[in-house]
Amino acid sequence: MTNIWILARMTFREAIRRRIVATGLVLGLCFLIIYSIGFHFIFGQIVRTASAVSGGSALAAVTPVANVEGANTLLLLGLYAATFLSIAMAALLAADTLSGEISSGTIQTIVTKPIRRMEIVLGKWLGFAFLLGLYLALMGGGTLLSVFLQAGYLPDHVLAGLSLIYFEALLIMTISMACSSAFSALATGGIVFGLYGLAFIGGWIEQFGAILQNPTAIKVGIIASLIIPSEALWRRAAFEMQTPLAGVLGLSPFGTVSVPSLLMIAYTAVYLLATLAAAIRVFEKRDI
Amino acid sequence: MPESLAIDTHELRKVFGEQAAVKGLTLQVRQGEVFGFLGPNGAGKTTSIKMLLGLVAPSSGRASLLGAPVGDRDMLRYMGFLPEHFRFQEWLTAEEFLELHGQLYGMPPRDLRSRINELLERVGLSDFRKKLLRTFSKGMLQRIGLAQALLNRPRLVFLDEPTSGLDPVGRRLVRDMIRELREADTSVFLNSHLLSEIEVTCDRVAFIRHGEVIRAMELSSLDAGQINVLIRAKGLSPEITAGLSQWGRNLQIGPETVNMIISAESAMPEITRYLVMHGAEVYAVTPKHASLEEVFIETVGKDGGL
Repeated sequence: MTNIWILARMTFREAIRRRIVATGLVLGLCFLIIYSIGFHFIFGQIVRTASAVSGGSALAAVTPVANVEGANTLLLLGLYAATFLSIAMAALLAADTLSGEISSGTIQTIVTKPIRRMEIVLGKWLGFAFLLGLYLALMGGGTLLSVFLQAGYLPDHVLAGLSLIYFEALLIMTISMACSSAFSALATGGIVFGLYGLAFIGGWIEQFGAILQNPTAIKVGIIASLIIPSEALWRRAAFEMQTPLAGVLGLSPFGTVSVPSLLMIAYTAVYLLATLAAAIRVFEKRDI
Repeated sequence: MPESLAIDTHELRKVFGEQAAVKGLTLQVRQGEVFGFLGPNGAGKTTSIKMLLGLVAPSSGRASLLGAPVGDRDMLRYMGFLPEHFRFQEWLTAEEFLELHGQLYGMPPRDLRSRINELLERVGLSDFRKKLLRTFSKGMLQRIGLAQALLNRPRLVFLDEPTSGLDPVGRRLVRDMIRELREADTSVFLNSHLLSEIEVTCDRVAFIRHGEVIRAMELSSLDAGQINVLIRAKGLSPEITAGLSQWGRNLQIGPETVNMIISAESAMPEITRYLVMHGAEVYAVTPKHASLEEVFIETVGKDGGL
């Protein structure tokens, strides 16, 4: 356990010293500023339009509903972007970690210490998991805070939603690390984003399949989710946080129609653990 | 645990695809011995070292270090390693770098602190302890790498090209440190292209070619039984030079020089006295030891084993 902790701390320190944390922080703040400005104007427009339409008539009761729906959609849009950035961060952080250190040779003095190779993988994983947690806290938390301060709105199941997004980032990071134990950083990046693209398009096929009630399309989406369940996690997160009305009305750009089951979430957990085990196994067997 | 052998390998072999990088390495290194590992480029030295360190899994054969099988984690506690072209966690300061590696050795914090101070002092980097490794020169990196290899007061140290990138002062430092290690009964496995370094530091060497030990020898036996002596003198008559043959053989006689092979250094004063007594003006009587380089070329061949 001590060795895992030492490696986790080293990984975190590396991210700080190589200005990965600082870069993420600055660009993350830029994102939040732009998002907040955009939200301010768009949400303002929604509120004005809603009250103008209702104009003190009997429709006045609808105004708060329109406001909530507007805020929710804009929030999910923001979270979707934050999720994408977290995933990019997850893939990039881990892509170069093992392969890069093997090719540069920095790993040689670590591996020849009285430490298990498994501990190296787990330590690094833990370090990255912590970094991603921080990043997501900034991006997701910032988005939520911005919406709450401007609209006084918080969606349902915030913690469940954020946890699922974090889970997705961890999944991508783990896949990236597993690839990195066998392939170069560039190949790893290619594989991870390729898989992400597969999950993305699979998710949309499933969504449209659900709207058009086409079972084959839904199956294609589910198969894509089985190959790489990252998008399913986002859709479950969006489902948790979307308003009941949005769920009933159907498709919103960043919400979801076809909801991944809890079984799919459990499958994803097994998937992540298996990927981590594969990363350890490959790294243990590898000539360095 | 047999204390006598620091390294013991038997027919260690590594095959990459069709190609055998190491054909069958069998060698023994005694505890407390400074052992030189020599061979031309591509002879399989790096792969051999990597197998001993557990970085590369052998295809067949067996090896033990300090009496334990390769890769045994407990054994790694007593081992040090300075890789060739050592690359670093360059975002760390010198001090943090040593701290990290000491922690990985499982050293208790207080012991580690004093050991870091001691080693930084020893390799001459005390003033740079707070500096990031990123800012270090090649020679400084080599020094901090050496300190890293010795943190745990190892009983066996692998030094892969430890003097590459070092200036003469640095090379002398490495030489002195190897001597100190030998005095502390630490075994040193030294891989170096600088044969002159090997010559002054090692007790024994092995030559490898195509991944096999083709010759192992004690360096003290390098010129046992034969010392080449060069005599420079004026007034050497054929009678005088003929008389020299009582001390040696293979006389090569020039106008003012004689080259000959003697069996013991003790013959040199006698030769000098003889020459002076017979009226020659002696300018020099110089022993020329057989150099490791000559033995190297003779052993691995001029083609370097290609």
